[in-house]
Amino acid sequence: MSTRLATGGRLVNRAQKMNFTFNGERLSGHAGDTLASALLANGKMMVGRSFKYHRPRGVVASGAEEPNALVNLGTGNRLEPNQRATTTELFEGLAATSQNHWPSLEFDIGAVNTYFSRFLPAGFYYKMFMYPRAFWKHVYEPFIRQSAGLGRAPEAHSRDEDTYEHFYAYIDVLVIGGGIAGLQAALAAGRAGAQVLLIEQTAHWGGRTPVDGGEVDGKPAAEFVEAALAELRGMKNVALRTRMMGAGVYDHGYVLAYERMSDHAPGTPGPRHRLWRLRCKQIVTATGAIERPLCFAGNDVPGVLLASALRDYAVNYGVSIGDRTVVVTNNDDAYRTAISMKEMGLEVPAIIDARAGGGGALAQQARDLGIRVETGKGIAKVKGTRRVEGVAICAQAGEGAVLDEIKCDAVAMSGGWSPVVHLWSHCGGKLDWDDAQSMFRPRASAPPTGATGEAFVIPAGSANGHLGLGDVLADADAAGRAAAQAVGATPPKTAAPQGAGPDEAPIEPVWLMPQGVDIKLRMKAWLDFQNDVKVSDVQLAAREGFESVEHAKRYTTLGMATDQGKLSNINGLAILSDALGQPIPQTGTTTFRPPYTPISMGAIAGEARGKVFQPIRRTPIQDWHEAQGAYFEPVGHWRRPYCYPQGGESHAQAVEREITQTRNSLGLLDASTLGKLVVKGPDAARFLDMLYTNMMSTLKPGRCRYGLMCSENGFLMDDGVVARIDDETFLCHTTTGGAERIHAHMEEWLQTEWWDWQVYVANVTEQYAQIGVVGPNARKVLEKLGGMDLSRETLPFMAWADGTLAGIGVRVFRISFSGELSYEIAVDASYGRALWDKLLAAGEEFGVMPYGTEALHVMRAEKGFIMIGDETDGTVIPQDLGLHWAISKKKDDFIGKRAQERSHMTDPDRWQLVGLETLDGGVLPDGAYAVAEGTNANGQRNMQGRVTSTYYSPTLKRGIAMGLVRHGPDRMGEVLEFPGTDGTTHKARIVEPVFFDKDGEKQNV
Amino acid sequence: MKRYSVFAVAREAARYHTGWERAWKSPAPKKKYDVIIIGAGGHGLATAYYLGKNHGIRNVAIVEKGWLGGGNTGRNTTIIRSNYLQDPSAAIYEKARSLYETMSQDLNYNVMYSPRGVMMLAQTEHEVRGYLRTAHANALQGVDTRFIQPDEVKKLVPIINLDGPRYPVLGALWQARAGTARHDAVAWGYARACSDMGMDVIQQCEVTSIRQTGGKVTGVDTTKGSIDCDKLGIVVAGHSGVVADMAGFRLPIESVALQALVSEPIKPCMDVVVMANTVHGYMSQSDKGEMVIGGGADGYNNYTQRGSFHHIEETVRALVETFPMISRLKMLRQWGGIVDMTGDRSPILSKTPLEGCFINCGWGTGGFKAIPGSGWGMAELMAKGQSPLTDEFSLYRFREGKFIDESVAAGVAH
Ligand SMILES: Cc1cc2nc3c(=O)[nH]c(=O)nc-3n(C[C@H](O)[C@H](O)[C@H](O)COP(=O)(O)OP(=O)(O)OC[C@H]3O[C@@H](n4cnc5c(N)ncnc54)[C@H](O)[C@@H]3O)c2cc1C
Repeated sequence: MSTRLATGGRLVNRAQKMNFTFNGERLSGHAGDTLASALLANGKMMVGRSFKYHRPRGVVASGAEEPNALVNLGTGNRLEPNQRATTTELFEGLAATSQNHWPSLEFDIGAVNTYFSRFLPAGFYYKMFMYPRAFWKHVYEPFIRQSAGLGRAPEAHSRDEDTYEHFYAYIDVLVIGGGIAGLQAALAAGRAGAQVLLIEQTAHWGGRTPVDGGEVDGKPAAEFVEAALAELRGMKNVALRTRMMGAGVYDHGYVLAYERMSDHAPGTPGPRHRLWRLRCKQIVTATGAIERPLCFAGNDVPGVLLASALRDYAVNYGVSIGDRTVVVTNNDDAYRTAISMKEMGLEVPAIIDARAGGGGALAQQARDLGIRVETGKGIAKVKGTRRVEGVAICAQAGEGAVLDEIKCDAVAMSGGWSPVVHLWSHCGGKLDWDDAQSMFRPRASAPPTGATGEAFVIPAGSANGHLGLGDVLADADAAGRAAAQAVGATPPKTAAPQGAGPDEAPIEPVWLMPQGVDIKLRMKAWLDFQNDVKVSDVQLAAREGFESVEHAKRYTTLGMATDQGKLSNINGLAILSDALGQPIPQTGTTTFRPPYTPISMGAIAGEARGKVFQPIRRTPIQDWHEAQGAYFEPVGHWRRPYCYPQGGESHAQAVEREITQTRNSLGLLDASTLGKLVVKGPDAARFLDMLYTNMMSTLKPGRCRYGLMCSENGFLMDDGVVARIDDETFLCHTTTGGAERIHAHMEEWLQTEWWDWQVYVANVTEQYAQIGVVGPNARKVLEKLGGMDLSRETLPFMAWADGTLAGIGVRVFRISFSGELSYEIAVDASYGRALWDKLLAAGEEFGVMPYGTEALHVMRAEKGFIMIGDETDGTVIPQDLGLHWAISKKKDDFIGKRAQERSHMTDPDRWQLVGLETLDGGVLPDGAYAVAEGTNANGQRNMQGRVTSTYYSPTLKRGIAMGLVRHGPDRMGEVLEFPGTDGTTHKARIVEPVFFDKDGEKQNV
Repeated sequence: MKRYSVFAVAREAARYHTGWERAWKSPAPKKKYDVIIIGAGGHGLATAYYLGKNHGIRNVAIVEKGWLGGGNTGRNTTIIRSNYLQDPSAAIYEKARSLYETMSQDLNYNVMYSPRGVMMLAQTEHEVRGYLRTAHANALQGVDTRFIQPDEVKKLVPIINLDGPRYPVLGALWQARAGTARHDAVAWGYARACSDMGMDVIQQCEVTSIRQTGGKVTGVDTTKGSIDCDKLGIVVAGHSGVVADMAGFRLPIESVALQALVSEPIKPCMDVVVMANTVHGYMSQSDKGEMVIGGGADGYNNYTQRGSFHHIEETVRALVETFPMISRLKMLRQWGGIVDMTGDRSPILSKTPLEGCFINCGWGTGGFKAIPGSGWGMAELMAKGQSPLTDEFSLYRFREGKFIDESVAAGVAH
């Protein structure tokens, strides 16, 4: 059983106890433990169940590569599924539960899958569950879904109580990884004076070195780590951060880093995670290497760990996995585990070295300690199901005939080391297969490159394929210097530190143990522990023609688990290559995608949540609307009052009241959201002639003109009133939703086509408040405010004037979107609310009625005015809407002109704008289509028109609608049928689109 | 071809699955084929399949520069729906959707079509009106959709936040028989069926030039040599511009990266697909348990199959807002594909200026759902010179201004 040793554990503070629970059981560990080490210290070998067969799973690794030890961490609003126990620092009160089992970890019904596993090879689901057809949705899929999925889903209504934030920084040299390679690279770059950020994903510096030992410049390597840290901390140009992972490398030196601020101490004030966006000139990836498992039958039984992990638990946490550890390896490194176990007083019954020639100096040391070393041997099979009970030994070269059985309770395996090349590869860095070391390593000649072709990632240390301490330090020193040089710093002429370790015999690739193992045992040799992918699965994929590594991965799900194949990928593609009879590099790797390890959605979303999810733009009068209890609708980034319900009124009743009172007396509209673009310069008139379909250059200062803007394809994209301020200045009004888009549209043309025209465009939407004063009493109320002449003679329809009202400087536009006598009054934004209040006060005697967007829409429809987004949808040209009068025939060109001459645009069969009146006075459904006889070639019902706007008109006391109908204007009086979606059919007659005050008498008074 | 079934699996289990044959053969190219299809994505394979199945044309090669299904077909978020607005789109997508219903049985390959229902949220009044319009159009097009109210939305998706402070959910367009399928299986299933009909699926075979005489196509040059053909179908999605260039014509297509991401797997919590177009994000849960997430396309043209992170951020932000419970889930993996965008965001299935050469492209961000319908129509077009499914999708519509604009109804189209 795993347990805490009496001594040892460089990272734990035995004086500080920490209580936690696992599946409700109260346990305790020490400060400095990870959840994994604490669980192991409490004898919890089995910590979860695998994905497919629900096999018992124990901790197998000690870091980010862990595939098995995943837990639900926390509860309620703090529940976090799939948390890796190996990277979870223990804290007081931690509550974890194991995953993917029912009813309990020990007794899991899903474990029957393991007995059926023979019937569930890779891809079995592509071959069955097809009959009867309806069963997939109702029987098979629900069952598969329920048995798949790992962690618990947070409650539907849960709300994350933590906060997250984003940080941005420009960095000269980013060093990722705080092992000795990272430290040395940072030292080299820092000493050169470059600005350096060194980040480390764990809470500790030094990486593997403090556990693995060795000497630097004649002193223990651990001392070098301390000295390096001290020197780095003293450099002003160097910053160091722990618990910060390099998550992704993107184009142009953009790096995503993930800082876990308070995962180790929940409840600490401040954000939980911080997502860093770094722009780096140079990136040194000193991300180390990850040990590979060996593939033998039963390598997934709890108690079989990576050799390095076993040593980590012992040295770092003072935790032993078992009393009797068998070590199995194809390289020298695993001997270190045997030696440390022995030094801690634990038994190592045997080291099983697959290499016929055995190991080097470390092997000798092990023998000297009295450990039995078997060479040319392998494990035929691990005994035990819920934990290791022993191993059967065989000849590696054979088929698995058992030579001996050894009782043990732990197995330490090592299949060699794979450099962590993820960050190198994210942005296109290429890899080479190194036969001598059996690993993929960065190809120096094919790094990720930036905009000018310069390399911006430099791998260092074991991440670059160097495994010996001396090589690592030399390589890292060179990497740090190169990075510094690339950013223009000059490294001083210091010598790299000299690292030294024992001489190691070369690794021998062992992808299958034993080499000729039969199919029964291959079906028990695991590649991907979480997803339950076995050697036999990959071989099956190859047999069935899934020869590409991507095919094999997808067919078997190898490497698709939450560890993304950190342990399994290389073994898997070696098995695949072997099955295909081709060398490993020909098989290649799958694509490395960010993030390196999973990052929280909360961190990605950052601060932008709830009310600040997207900025809410507020008009100067917004407070008033809110105080009135207005019902708002989102329009672009604004929220506009839809109506102002009073008492128990429905929205429809409120809208009716607002319209009636406006038409009868006086209404007020907050029109501040309307886009306002100032277009200015000697070429402004010429520019607007190109932008609008109308002629704007002939507009006189002091006058307004309603203009249409089309896209290059001829479609109507926006409309609004243009006022000419002076010869060189125009004020263009756009729709509320269109302001930013039209501004960008103008800039695009100015910057890409007419860059030599002297025109500037400024968006002044928020600089002005704008208030519509509308209705028969509009002039009266303004005269009451006093300050300027607003008579029909001085300020006729479609004119504007500057002046003052109630002492406030204003610009008054005499324009109307309601058909009433109407003024739109623009004031400096800061005076908006004051003017509004004065209008309310002066309007009291007229029963002044603020109205919202719905009343605005209904009133414009009563007048037959089109609305962008209702009558238009990106497929409608002005000609469809009877707006020929607004299209200048005198101009040579305007945007959209040529497009409107294309055959389909001039087709007489195009649908055209009409009014629609239901026969029964009811309201046509929104979006209804008018049907025609018969069906088309695809069996769809023929259509001949559609409703574009439909409302109940309080003025006319009946439903009114506008629509587009084939040959509509020539078919006045005809009745069309509009089927609803509820089986009913509505009949409506084609009429003129202007329903109210056809001659415009009201607006022109 | 040995049929797949639970009995076949049981039989094979007895001999430890050593008896399974290749899903598709791996032949060397012949000298000449009646038809060559460039691109073994879903659309290319489906085109070949229906050429054989519906039109008896089986002397066909599908040549693929990488591994079959490795383009967008193997990178997409697998949403299948047909609630499109315009007639030609509704026709081809509904044809496709109905073929998906029986695809597993048809191909004898479980593509896991899961008609779990797709809803598109309406979060502004404008969107409400837009979806009401789509619902009306769909009723006349024979597409079964319905506008549903917020309470029904909540019942179908308990994890949704209906009244977020920014964009309340005002309703949704709901297509109950829409859903998802297993993308790789679609490609593999078609490839297996094509191979079974005697067609050659040739991988690792990049077309490097297109040969013609007298304005008529005669064959292609590939990395595995020259191959002759009578007819050629170009079905290469993001690389359409490059291949069309080999045939000597230009396309109104831009290639941009579209990204997606998945969370780590969790137990089932969401049974339908939800698309939130106002905030630009959509999400579903795969059978494996991962939350599958996507959003808008990147804002610049490129050919690298990765994208910029700020798009991921925008998408995730929108979804954390819509489904607050995902905040503590983690993003496992992000990726991108190159999508081929036309000016009107609708595909091109068409003859080309080169006689005998046809093109199928422009599916952009939403062509997975169309695969069987597109293959059906494209095969008919190639075999007979005309198909009602493809008529309106001609390359020449851009010249006439006869766009099929779907952005009308929704900002995001997947
Ligand atoms: C992230 C993402 C999410 C998406 N989500 C959805 C969704 O939810 N629903 C949906 O319906 N659609 C979605 N799509 C779109 C969908 O994936 C595509 O429209 C569809 O897969 C296109 O299929 P295809 O067969 O045309 O292209 P591909 O699958 O890309 O196939 C084209 C093939 O042509 C090959 N090729 C290219 N050049 C050559 C050459 N010279 N010689 C030989 N072969 C060549 C390529 O290697 C490739 O295999 C998404 C796309 C992406 C990228």
